[in-house]
Amino acid sequence: MKLQKASRYALYAVLHLASEPEKQFSTAEVAESYGVSIHHLAKVMRTLVRSGLIESVRGVGGGYRFSGNVRRTTLWDIIHEFESLESDIDTPDELQGNAIVVVSGLDTVMNEIDGLNRSTLDSITLKTLLRYGVENLDKAP
Amino acid sequence: MKRKKTATNVHVAEAADIHAVVALDAAITGTDKAAYWNDIFERFAGSNQRRKRYFLVAKSGDNELLGFIVGEIRAWEFGSPPCGWVLALSVSPDQRQQGIGTLLFEALCARMKHDGATTIRTMVLVNDKTNLSFFRGEGLAAGPYIELERRLD
Repeated sequence: MKLQKASRYALYAVLHLASEPEKQFSTAEVAESYGVSIHHLAKVMRTLVRSGLIESVRGVGGGYRFSGNVRRTTLWDIIHEFESLESDIDTPDELQGNAIVVVSGLDTVMNEIDGLNRSTLDSITLKTLLRYGVENLDKAP
Repeated sequence: MKRKKTATNVHVAEAADIHAVVALDAAITGTDKAAYWNDIFERFAGSNQRRKRYFLVAKSGDNELLGFIVGEIRAWEFGSPPCGWVLALSVSPDQRQQGIGTLLFEALCARMKHDGATTIRTMVLVNDKTNLSFFRGEGLAAGPYIELERRLD
């Protein structure tokens, strides 16, 4: 599984904001923290505002802040705003004979993998992920 | 509307708790399983209880059932060394987000650790977001086993 750039940027942004929900961050601050394109991130931020995951704050010191619930919002809640994570094995339009059996079998396996991916991402809340990060840092030599 | 409980006690289930356990499970799952829970009580906390089986309840100060957890340390099934299993965990829907599930889970972990378990695991429906998120939040992650099944018809 490889996440699209928009999904990765959205995860960075929402998690960054959720790590300090009382603070506001500008797009430039988030982009600089993760070394990503500010232009691309700005588009992602607009989608996140529309989804209700973050909100924009106007005025001096304005920016964005997290507006969800870290104990309820999951990684999948963010990702599915940008992609469905359905495997595409690029099946030819017209199949015959054994090719139908082969493609059908591959579809079954891919559907199983897709379902597990989505379920895993939908079981990890932002709070849990942020805790994983702290625990990993604590274990680092 | 959540009613904040001032005190929560966790203790081994007693026969008098099972009626409330049956009612809570039925309210959550939509299926009344009185015979099942009475059997579980007998084997995990009642007269037929064996060692390393646990049936704990969380109750409010006024003796209301808030939740329950059932677990067992099992050895060598699926080739696994001794390991604690969470077999059931339920918290009353109007008492969630108050740490009751964590209280029950930690109480079970403490008993299992005392009895020699070094790992705890459970099995959760793939679309059961509530329980999956809860156990993830308690630090559980995918382990070395994968559940496989097929229909027999």
